[in-house]
Amino acid sequence: MDISASPSIADGPVYTHRTVRLDSGLNLECGIHLAPLEVAYCTYGTLSPERNNAILICHALTGDQYLAEQNPLTGKPGWWSRMVGPGLPIDTNRYFVICSNVLGGCMGTTGPRSVRAETGRAWDSEFPPITMHDIVATQARLIDHLGIDRLFAVIGGSMGGMQALTWAADFPDRVFAVMPIATSPFHSAQNIAFNEVSRQAIFADPDWHDGHYRDFDAIPARGLGVARMMAHITYLSEEALSRKFGRRIRHEAATAVPASSSPSLFGEMFEVESYLRHQGSTFVRRFDANSYLTITRAMDYFDLAAEYDGDLAAPFRKSQTRFCVVSFSSDWLFPTSQSRLLVRALNRAGANVSFVEIESDRGHDAFLLDEPDFDRTVQGFINGAAEHAALGEGRH
Amino acid sequence: MRVDQRLIAEMIEPKTRVLDVGSGDGTLIDYLYRTRSCDARGIEIDMENVTQSVAHGLPVMHGDADHDLADYPDGTFDYVVLQRTLQAVERPREVLRQMLRIGRHAIVSFPNFGHWRLRLQLVVTGRMPMTPVWSTPWYTTPNIHPCTIRDFLMLCEEEGYIVQQWLAIDEDGARAPWRRSIRLANLFGEQALFLLRRADT
Repeated sequence: MDISASPSIADGPVYTHRTVRLDSGLNLECGIHLAPLEVAYCTYGTLSPERNNAILICHALTGDQYLAEQNPLTGKPGWWSRMVGPGLPIDTNRYFVICSNVLGGCMGTTGPRSVRAETGRAWDSEFPPITMHDIVATQARLIDHLGIDRLFAVIGGSMGGMQALTWAADFPDRVFAVMPIATSPFHSAQNIAFNEVSRQAIFADPDWHDGHYRDFDAIPARGLGVARMMAHITYLSEEALSRKFGRRIRHEAATAVPASSSPSLFGEMFEVESYLRHQGSTFVRRFDANSYLTITRAMDYFDLAAEYDGDLAAPFRKSQTRFCVVSFSSDWLFPTSQSRLLVRALNRAGANVSFVEIESDRGHDAFLLDEPDFDRTVQGFINGAAEHAALGEGRH
Repeated sequence: MRVDQRLIAEMIEPKTRVLDVGSGDGTLIDYLYRTRSCDARGIEIDMENVTQSVAHGLPVMHGDADHDLADYPDGTFDYVVLQRTLQAVERPREVLRQMLRIGRHAIVSFPNFGHWRLRLQLVVTGRMPMTPVWSTPWYTTPNIHPCTIRDFLMLCEEEGYIVQQWLAIDEDGARAPWRRSIRLANLFGEQALFLLRRADT
């Protein structure tokens, strides 16, 4: 295996992601052997000579590896650049931070857009079903490749939190501290229901072509856009929407929207509508519909307790890992009650667990936003764990 | 650190596992970790205190004595500490049972309702006593289960707990000199501190 710079196929310019190619591939839970396996990733900071200061940060459903640098696709700052960097709560002067694109993603890691070895064509909708275990196993292969036996910490919000929990369950000896944020030990019926609406929106798009849209030089932009709009509502809260938009009307916007895509009864549009349309239209430019389907399915499958006869404490028994569970008071997609369920299971397992509910009115997305209490919690937990792990204080 | 917290810390052997129920700003668990190398964790009901503790790197979870002790397996800890909280929980007897189920020892401190000033105020004024220790009026007080030192000792007897050590302490938390007589301690001790274990262990 070697590090190669491989271009990924995108709808538009071709971007080069930093990628490692693992020819031995990966045995997926569904039984399919996926080879070669490519993992696109970014790193920040320096690995200590003892190789004990590595933090893996797991991204959410539509996130990517561009954690703390400009995203080459959108031109925007990295999705957690306010959290990760020199002198920031996750201090890259002290820690070596890794973030990889998830398996099934569309930012360079093997996914539906990758070329299938047997056919020489892209997988598209034939990409095998994957699970959170497969996603984490892929990350473990990357960690192996980087020569790291044991991660100091795994941190993630939302679906990233599911990965963090899966790390603790699948590789208890390979991770010292785990921080599941705004997440749940299982995907609830409500969460699955939202995902299903998203998927049906994609399937209903005439440009879907049973997932082979690229053969038709098309993308199911309307379906994927609607999926994103709907999902985006679940990431916010009523308070946040009211504060941001209220019932304000955008007068000039009405003419800017083609009548065919949205007949506007009174020639006016609420600001919240315009905002959601913008979210939808920018999303389809950067995200692949088949990846969206693959990854949302992996989330739906996620239920740690189910694999242990319904006992959520079982995967964490005898775990030496330190946990810090964080929820946000206004998050109704992954509500505090689900975090509490996880905390109780960790207590049943006798694990070392901290648990904080951050007061915020910004809903699920609060973990991506400026929340000073949250920043202090992340920094405090990480640095406290570093003390227990006897990690050096100095710059590397 | 408060003097009574120092007295609690003195009861705890080094390198043991400690759960501080109602850990406040985390002073005691921080002290136990730093000076006694204990694996000390906290449960705290006030979210601001929880956030502050975790931000200082302390393992503290949001929760309370009435609801969150039941989850831990038997004998998870060497000591379970409940500081100045017993009188404020919903079910004190059940909380004590849980503490001595999940811990080998329980360390309990509470304000003594048998103090002479309280007795005198009730007799003289005929109203609920108010003192620096019992400083909130009856209609807002969180202290719904006040008890005296003798009440507590009787409960320990009923439940089969062995009192390994007890102290009466004054308002500032300093040790008070009534160690020989429970009756005197119950009259002059403003607070009480107990180290307990179950008789069958």
